[in-house]
Amino acid sequence: MNITQNPESLTGKPLPSEYVTPEPEVQLELASQWQLMWLKFRRHYLAVLGLIVVIIFYIVAIFANFFAPQSPRTYIAEYVYAPPQQIHLFRDGRFAPFVYGYTFERDPRSFKKIFAIDEETIVPLGLFVRGDSYKLFGIFETDIHLFGTVESGQPFYPLGGDAVGRDVLSRTIHSSRVSLSVAWVGVTISLVMGILLGGLSGLMGGIVDNLIQRLIEITMSIPLLPIIIAVAALVPIDWSVLRVYTIIVLLLAITGWTGLARVVRSKFLSLREEDFVLAARLDGVGVMGLIFRHMLPSFYSHIIASLTLALPGMIIAETALSFLGVGLRPPVVSWGVQLQDAQQVNVISNYPWMLFPALSVILIVLAFNFLGDGLRDAADPY
Amino acid sequence: MKKFLIRRAIYMIITVWVITIIAFIVIQLPPGDYVTSLVSEMMAQGTDSIDPAVVEQLREQYGLNDPMYVQYFKWMRNIILDGDFGYSLAFQRDAREIILERLPLTFLVTLSTVLFVWLIALPIGVYSAVRKYSIGDYIATFLGFIGLATPNFLFALILMYLSYKYGGQALIGLFSAEYVDAPWSFAKFVDLLKHLIIPIIIIGTSFTAGLIRTMRANLLDELNRPYVDAARAKGLSETRLLWKYPVRYALNPFVSTIGWALPGLVAGEVIVSIVLNLPTSGPILFNALLEQDMYVASGFILVLSALTVVGTFISDVLLAVLDPRIRLE
Repeated sequence: MNITQNPESLTGKPLPSEYVTPEPEVQLELASQWQLMWLKFRRHYLAVLGLIVVIIFYIVAIFANFFAPQSPRTYIAEYVYAPPQQIHLFRDGRFAPFVYGYTFERDPRSFKKIFAIDEETIVPLGLFVRGDSYKLFGIFETDIHLFGTVESGQPFYPLGGDAVGRDVLSRTIHSSRVSLSVAWVGVTISLVMGILLGGLSGLMGGIVDNLIQRLIEITMSIPLLPIIIAVAALVPIDWSVLRVYTIIVLLLAITGWTGLARVVRSKFLSLREEDFVLAARLDGVGVMGLIFRHMLPSFYSHIIASLTLALPGMIIAETALSFLGVGLRPPVVSWGVQLQDAQQVNVISNYPWMLFPALSVILIVLAFNFLGDGLRDAADPY
Repeated sequence: MKKFLIRRAIYMIITVWVITIIAFIVIQLPPGDYVTSLVSEMMAQGTDSIDPAVVEQLREQYGLNDPMYVQYFKWMRNIILDGDFGYSLAFQRDAREIILERLPLTFLVTLSTVLFVWLIALPIGVYSAVRKYSIGDYIATFLGFIGLATPNFLFALILMYLSYKYGGQALIGLFSAEYVDAPWSFAKFVDLLKHLIIPIIIIGTSFTAGLIRTMRANLLDELNRPYVDAARAKGLSETRLLWKYPVRYALNPFVSTIGWALPGLVAGEVIVSIVLNLPTSGPILFNALLEQDMYVASGFILVLSALTVVGTFISDVLLAVLDPRIRLE
C-alpha cells in the first residue's frame, strides 16, 4: 500500500505530478480482480436485487420442509379449491395472527361448492409450530415449521387450495426444490460438455475445430423442442421418478451446451496467442495444466455470467415440458407439474390462485436475467 | 461472395441431411414398427386374429425386414421423388396431406411474429440508445425482460383468461366458429387477423427483449463513432443523422434475427398452438408424438427443421449482402 501511495520511494526522487494517481484509484490498482468485479457489480442495482432474490429462493428451496407450512401431499378433501385466506395479524389489539375458517354451501343449480368466510371460527397461527414431520437433509427427523396453524389439521390456505384440497403455497415452496435443481444439474452437464467441446475446438483448431463448429451450428439451427417432446413422450409410465428426472435433465442439457461451447471456444482462441500462455508453455507446462491452471481461471467470470444466463432457459424449459405432460409427472412436485392443473380456461377463471407457481417462475427467471446481465457487465472489470 | 454462398449452401445441405437422419431415428424410437401398429389398429377395429404369415408378408411389402440404412434410403427416396411422407394410422390419410394442410398457417403465424418483433423492437431499441438511462429506457428494458421471463404457455393462459373475462369469449384457435369451414372472404380474413394477435404477441414478446438489447448496444457503439460527430458538425439535423447513418449500421442484428430466432420461434409456435389450440402444426405434431403416429411426427419435424435451416441460410445471405465485412471473413 505504501509503495504506490508514496511514489518517490520507488526511485528516490519525486515523480512529475501527472504520474501521481489520486487516492481512490490507488486502492483500485491494488484491488484483486474479484474485488474489482464486485465494485462494478454493486453499481448495477437490478443485478444486486436479482442476486438477493436468487439467494432467497435457494435458501427457501434448501429448507423447503421448514418454510412450507405443510407437506406437499397433505390434503383435506373438504377444502377442494378453497379460496385464499387473508391472514390477520392482530386480534383484540394484541399481536396474535389468525385466519378465519370457511363455511360452505352448495349452489342449488350447479352443485358447485361456494366458500364463504366464517368469522365464528378462528384458526390461530404461530411461528415455529409443530406440523407434518419431515427429515431435514434426510437425517434429522423433526416437525417444526416456520409458520402454520398452532394445532395441526386445521384449514390453512394462504394462497388457496388445489383440486384435491392441498395447500398451493406449501406445494409451490416444495416445487422450488425440483425446479431449481433440475436447472442446476442441466446447466452443470451442459457446462462440462461446453468446456470439453469448446476447449477442444479452440485449442486444437484445424479439422477438429471445424467439425465441432458444424456440430454446434447444426444443433443450434434445429428446433429441438419437437424432438425433445418425442423422446420425453416415449418415457415409459412405470419408470421411477429418478429416471424420468435424469432423462429430462439430459434433454435440457442437450439444448444448453452450444452457447457455452461458443463462449469457451472464442475465449480459448484469443487466449492461445496471449503472452502469459506462451510464457507458461515455455516453462514446460503441459496441455492440461495450460487449460486448467492458466487459461480457464482467466475467464471464470465469463463462464459464471453465461451460466447465470443459461439457467432461466432451463427453468422455463422444464416448466413447459412438465406443463405439456411430457416432463416430470406427479407425484413429483415442480412448478410445471403444478401448472398442469391450470390448463383449462375455466379452472383459471374460477380459481385464479392456481397460477401462483407461475409467479415464482417469472420472478426467479427475471432475477437470474438481471443477475446475469450484471455479471456479464462486471466480468471484465479492466 | 460466390465462395461465401457456396460454403453456406454446403453447410445448409449437410445440416438438412443430419436432420433427415434425426427424423428417421424419431420414427424408429417407439417399440414396434409400422406393421405392429397396423395390426393392433386392425385388432382394435374388430379383426379377431391375423395370420402370422400375412403379418410377415406385410413386413416384407413395407420393407421392414431390410437393414436400417436401406429403409432410410427408401424413406428418403419416397420423400424426395414422390413427396410421400408415409401413411398416418391415426388419421387414415397420407401424412403429406396433413402436413400441407397445416403448414401455411404455421408460416403465417411465424412470419407475422417476426414482423411484429421487428416493428416493436426497432423503435424501442433506437429510443433506448438515444435516450440512454432515461425513464423510458428503463421502462422499455424492464417490460422487455418481463416478456422474456414469462414462459410462452403461461402468457397464453393469462391472455386467454383475460380475453374470456373481458371479451366474452376465449380467443382460442385462429377462426371463430362460424368461419372455420367457411370459404375465404374478407370477413373471414378480418376474423383471422383478430385471432392472430394473441399468438403473435405471446411468441413475439419472448424475443423482443433480446433484440431491443442488441439494437441498443449496437447503436450505442455507433453513436460514439467520429463519423457521427463529423455529420453533426456539417449541420445535419439530429433525426436525419440518426436514421441515415448509425441506425443503418446497427440494423444488422435485425436481419440476422431470422437466423437465430427461427428455431426458437418454431418451438414457441408449437407450445403456444397447443395451449391455444391453433390449427397450425403444433398441436398435430404434439398429438402425433404422443400417439406414436410416427410418419406424421417425423414428417413435421423434417419439414419444420428444414424450413428453419433454409430461413437461417436466407438471413445469412441477406446479412452478407448488407454487410461486406461478413462475406469477406
